[in-house]
Amino acid sequence: MKTSRPVGIIGYGAYIPMNRLKASEISRVWGGCAEPIEEKAVASIDEDAVTIAVECARYAIKRAKIDPREIGAIYVGTESKPYAVKPCGTIVAEAIGATPHVTAADYEFACKAGTEAFQACIGLVSSGMVKYAMAIGADTAQGRPADPLEYTVACGGAAFIFTLKSERTLAYLEGSYSYVTDTPDFWRRGLEMYPRHGNRFTGEPAYFRHIIGAAKGLMAELGYGPEDFKYAVFHQPNVKFPVKVAKRLGFSMDAIKPGLIVPYVGNTYAGSTPIGLAATLDVAEPGDRILVVSYGSGAGSDAFSFVVQDAIMEGRPRDLPVSAFIARKRYIDYSLYSRMRGKIHL
Amino acid sequence: MSVPRYWREIKYRYRLIGELCTECGAIIFPRRSLCPHCGCRELEECKLSETGTVLSWTVIQHPPKGYEKYAPYVVALIKLDDGARILSQVVDVEPEEMRVGLRVEATFRRVREDGSSGIIEYGYKFRPIIEEP
Amino acid sequence: MRPVYIAGVALTPIGEHWELSLRDLACEAALKALEKAEVERIDALYVANMGAAPLQSQLHLGALMADALGLYGLPAMRVEAAQASGGVAVHEAYLAVASGLYDSVLVIGVEKMSDALPHEVRSALAMAEDQEYTAYTGVTDVGLCALLHRLYMERYEAKPEEVAALAAISHEHAVGCPHAQYPFRVSVEKILSSPMEADPIHMLECSGIGDGAAALVLTADRGDVEIAASTVAVDHFFLTERSDPLILEAVGTASKRAYETAGISPRDIDLVELHDSTTIMGILSLEDLGFVEKGFGARYVSEGNVRRDGELPVNTFGGLKARGNPVGATGVYQVAEIALQLLGEAGRCQVEDAEVGLAENLGGVASTASITILRRH
Repeated sequence: MKTSRPVGIIGYGAYIPMNRLKASEISRVWGGCAEPIEEKAVASIDEDAVTIAVECARYAIKRAKIDPREIGAIYVGTESKPYAVKPCGTIVAEAIGATPHVTAADYEFACKAGTEAFQACIGLVSSGMVKYAMAIGADTAQGRPADPLEYTVACGGAAFIFTLKSERTLAYLEGSYSYVTDTPDFWRRGLEMYPRHGNRFTGEPAYFRHIIGAAKGLMAELGYGPEDFKYAVFHQPNVKFPVKVAKRLGFSMDAIKPGLIVPYVGNTYAGSTPIGLAATLDVAEPGDRILVVSYGSGAGSDAFSFVVQDAIMEGRPRDLPVSAFIARKRYIDYSLYSRMRGKIHL
Repeated sequence: MSVPRYWREIKYRYRLIGELCTECGAIIFPRRSLCPHCGCRELEECKLSETGTVLSWTVIQHPPKGYEKYAPYVVALIKLDDGARILSQVVDVEPEEMRVGLRVEATFRRVREDGSSGIIEYGYKFRPIIEEP
Repeated sequence: MRPVYIAGVALTPIGEHWELSLRDLACEAALKALEKAEVERIDALYVANMGAAPLQSQLHLGALMADALGLYGLPAMRVEAAQASGGVAVHEAYLAVASGLYDSVLVIGVEKMSDALPHEVRSALAMAEDQEYTAYTGVTDVGLCALLHRLYMERYEAKPEEVAALAAISHEHAVGCPHAQYPFRVSVEKILSSPMEADPIHMLECSGIGDGAAALVLTADRGDVEIAASTVAVDHFFLTERSDPLILEAVGTASKRAYETAGISPRDIDLVELHDSTTIMGILSLEDLGFVEKGFGARYVSEGNVRRDGELPVNTFGGLKARGNPVGATGVYQVAEIALQLLGEAGRCQVEDAEVGLAENLGGVASTASITILRRH
């Protein structure tokens, strides 16, 4: 999919809560299996998808140096809405001072809700309907205790502000591609606290088929091969999947390394791919091309190709990089984790 | 918990909006009808500084109703960089790391909630300033 | 203005009165005070109370208590100024008699805290502060005192044991006091090894939760104890807006005005009942009442000057810490206690040859201060 007018990213910001739970701590409590990551980020008791979204939105505005009142659209992609009915988007809009002349809503598409919000923002900007549009992917991911998923489900998010491409944009979009089928590999029914998943079914027919479909589709449309991209970011539910899909698509480890934050952060669901992109933008140089492919269960992938612009250098080293949030941590044990994630009922 | 009562304060609590006295220049928080220092009634809305320094702090071990699940928590008297003083929880810090003079910045957090079906009240809290590693 | 005298005082023991209701407690104290006062009739009733609304869901205490006492037809009202309700009620009653409007009035201070759970009591006490921006942070009344306590220790290099000495001395004074809730000794070491309530304030530096009622009859008829002064002053409601949070302006203002009215200076005061809801509030109060220079209060206390046989006997029945702090009633207890001392009816707590005594009652973090000075004739 190509825009009618060129669109770029003018600001972005990530936020990762400071609590970390080591995978070994989960093994200690529930018995071992191969630990898929080192440690994961856990939101404090007073944090949720909304507070995480507000944090990254504020960093994105700071980096963009724009008046929040000029933001015309705010979309929050999440599967951990604190309210089943009542948008996160309005709270974010109010907290950043973008109200009332703004459209706001929440997106739900499992782990690709954040990039789904990208697509909507890009369309609104490109059409000229809004000057700035903000897409946020943020989650306090759910995983049932003792489920293998519990090792990885984590909390965090990233926000991106889109506007028409200019000298001030940090990176511009070359094109996007979405690939969607009805593949029930992972779901959560209403009123259920934890999702269920199809175990190994989440791999080949789900994650791999959709990511590869979207990535190949976009590259074909743009006439690029993997060698044309300096970096690539793939949805990272664990370490194995993005590494494997990169290999299958012909990308090197060097290409995915800057955005591969899952070993130290975990799977932040809708925040996963956006944080990966933010971490990649933190180190990219003008001219670098980045492939971004999300994956959301249910199922679908969004692929984007961005080219980094000169303005990216202006914020360095002033603006906080993702690495600052990864470095800021305090370890908690499983009891504190249970308390913070509402697994203990008062 | 009263929804209108929360709603009324949203702007001020979410974005740290106070007032500037056009007469004596005092920064006032929370907002009010006249300057508590000079009595002037001409007050302009102003955004408070989001960074400040801890003047004093305590740890609430026995919280009032509605705050049980957050305890123990740190509450501090903070001098903002624009000179205004504010009372706030300080989060992302262990009590043993607290000290007078600690530099803090505003963050956005849940403050309390009306059970599992009622309204969730969000607002400002402060935390140690996040710096580049 | 004409002189006002205290004709009769009565107080109930402070504690957990499981068998007695708010009304029972008030009646017990009031009936005793009326008996002692031997006045012809009561022209008005003032009921001091802080927590009946949140704790008992009870308002309209004026008419309620008047009815309970069989006092029909007279004006009756509740006076509420948070923890300073008692002192402010005495002030209102004093004005009514001094002005010549009424000849004899009854003041009842009553609080019934044990009906509620501890966190409900903490919420009720936090109602003394602004709900939108102070209580909203989750701070408690002790928490606010803790901010002052730390500031004080940092600025004046006061040691924890110097501040805690006030609680130890208060407990010492409560021994033998029949109405005290905690009439036993507690050492400074024990106080400082008790759990933190709100760092740096230890649990044993805070007043507890108790039920109690005290009653006074004020009259224009000449008696043995005169109200030489009764003043009330308020300060900035928000701690954050005070130019120096360690100066209790309301205490300074109200006490200066009281000394002026009584025609005395702090040196003339023979004994003091302090509002030591926490040790630090007692220490700051001693300074702002003019007894000791700012920053030297803790040292002054730890040197023993405030013992019953010291230079300035303080909290001669135990103060809020050991006598107890049934919040809305506390100010009435204090005035009653000063009266008992001046009348020589303080029993084992008696201070010899006391002629002038001062009671200091605070609401919130001294947003309201009430000062009452009594003089023996």
